[in-house]
Amino acid sequence: MAAPAVPPVLRAEDVTVRFTGRDATVNAVNGVSFALDPGEVLCILGESGSGKSVTLRALMRLLPARRTELSGRIELAGQDVMAMSHRALADLRGTEVGMIFQEPMVAFDPVYTVGRQITETIIRHEGTSREEARRRAIDLLDRVRIPSPERRLRAYPHELSGGMRQRAMIALALCCNPSLLLADEPTTALDATVQIQILLLLRELQRELGMAVIFVTHDVGVAVEIADRIAVMYGGKFMETGPVREIMRNPRHPYTQGLLSSTVHGSLRGKTLEAIPGSPPDMTRLPPGCAFAPRCRFAEPGCETPPAATQLTPQHMVRCIRAA
Amino acid sequence: MTRAPDAKDGALLEVRELRKYFPVRGGILNRAVGWVQAVDDVDFDVLPGEVLGIVGESGCGKSTTARLLMHLIRADAGRIAFDGEAVRPDDAAGLRELRRRMQMVFQDSYSSLNPRLPIEDTIMFGPKVHGVSAAEARERARELFSLVGLDPAQFIRRYPHELSGGQRQRVNIARALALEPRLLILDEAVSALDKSVEAQVLNLLLTLRRELGLTYIFISHDLNVVQYMSDRVLVMYLGKVVEIGPTAEIYERMQHPYTEALLSAMPSMDPDRRTETPPLVGDPPNPIDPPPGCRFHTRCRFAESVCSRAEPRLGPAAGQDAANGAGHLVACHMRVAGSGHSQAPA
Repeated sequence: MAAPAVPPVLRAEDVTVRFTGRDATVNAVNGVSFALDPGEVLCILGESGSGKSVTLRALMRLLPARRTELSGRIELAGQDVMAMSHRALADLRGTEVGMIFQEPMVAFDPVYTVGRQITETIIRHEGTSREEARRRAIDLLDRVRIPSPERRLRAYPHELSGGMRQRAMIALALCCNPSLLLADEPTTALDATVQIQILLLLRELQRELGMAVIFVTHDVGVAVEIADRIAVMYGGKFMETGPVREIMRNPRHPYTQGLLSSTVHGSLRGKTLEAIPGSPPDMTRLPPGCAFAPRCRFAEPGCETPPAATQLTPQHMVRCIRAA
Repeated sequence: MTRAPDAKDGALLEVRELRKYFPVRGGILNRAVGWVQAVDDVDFDVLPGEVLGIVGESGCGKSTTARLLMHLIRADAGRIAFDGEAVRPDDAAGLRELRRRMQMVFQDSYSSLNPRLPIEDTIMFGPKVHGVSAAEARERARELFSLVGLDPAQFIRRYPHELSGGQRQRVNIARALALEPRLLILDEAVSALDKSVEAQVLNLLLTLRRELGLTYIFISHDLNVVQYMSDRVLVMYLGKVVEIGPTAEIYERMQHPYTEALLSAMPSMDPDRRTETPPLVGDPPNPIDPPPGCRFHTRCRFAESVCSRAEPRLGPAAGQDAANGAGHLVACHMRVAGSGHSQAPA
């Protein structure tokens, strides 16, 4: 991990996202703050509706402007993202920052070949010649282990299998050597034997290129495979953050504990699972205090005010009054 | 709860040589230009009171198998017997009776409920079709709500969109149980749920099984969940059964290279024991015109020439008695004496 003197790639402070609609306001992200070191892999772990994907999109201001209230500070490589013009943002996306998604068919335009889309991106951002861009595209496809890359450059996205398409999307995201990769559940739709290949590929590329990665997932197993640090998200807030070992061995937030004990594995056979009662909160009507309190077996009157972040160690933060 | 199924009992469900090919149409005349061999000569038994897990990757035929068992689609060939009685696909009354005794829960909890009906009416629908009076059906619906952990007073008149995913899946389970079936087919029934809710529904399923003496076919791509739930596990690859056996045998003494690869692709959950090399390279092959011989030979690191020539048959695994119907069976040339594979037993 980076020495403390190196400035972070990304710093987010009190990022808040609200979606306003006719009938209700969705409080999707409620004050997320963190700093990401160069070359660090942060996993945001959360269930559906916890705000993890919205957080990722907010960092690049990719949310629909008319319906979104975004506030807070986002600083990327020393630049203030919130103050950037649309033009500057477009330059940033694809160069400094690459993105990959769950569904590669959304990232690719179906009417152009994979090769065309990768070379266009390189030319758009770096102004290289077509020939040079093509050479780099072949090299990239080779790097993400797509067999016979010259031939695949001429393929349309729908002609590739699921795993190949995901590899091509990774090549597209990496084509301008980003210092930060944002990954939104990129392995969720894949089969088990393909998922592990893509995870290992991402881990290897991340090491080789020294990129920082923010990886959003709902799957604890995936997070453990790839993360240096895990942020557990619930009700639009980071409830607990810490190094992956610390979170797995010594989870301190009741939600993290519940999530780990309700994640099924074979050694639990014959035992009743320790499920968390109830369902995830309605983001239009969050409780005033701790969002997890209505499902928490340790809830007490003090939980009705929002718990402050407690630093158990410089790396391990937990947002629960019992830890304070 | 983990009562070992007794192989001497008759099977609740017997499936033999089940086959379904889907045509792939193309060209201006829309002729079949190829066939997806979705389910190809599949044999297995489901024993009374057991949970049979079915695992495999997308396109392996696990969901098609479920639909064939329910007769939601028509098989090209094969025999199915429920409780010792052969099921005849042209016998409409017989099929209706079969679907009373065998019910299914699907992955998408929303699309399997009628959005325009209060959930109570959805649950009453099945029994009413089968001749139960409205008053009795209503009474039974209330009991079912309590059984699946939903307070009838609070929920019974709600519509599907007013429920969370976990609650909707409880309604689907209640709907499936309304006809008092003996066998429940759960096709990825917990896959769309959040982990914290998935655990609640798994607990519910195991409780219901114990209290009502149910038998489950539990289909999932999640190997952890299948291990937790199942007494026996069946592994499918491109329309074929490659291995079947008691859960501990499959997870600890698997004999098919595909089963081994599939299981070692499971994330370790331990940051100090991360996976270092992927067990397989590439994607599963296209199920249209699958490879000849053993369908796994294109990705198998032990493949030899025999594997692309001859198709291995499902047979007793090493150290297993051939007569034991609930034993451990595997379809791999390496486990058959004299198959021509260099690692086959002498």
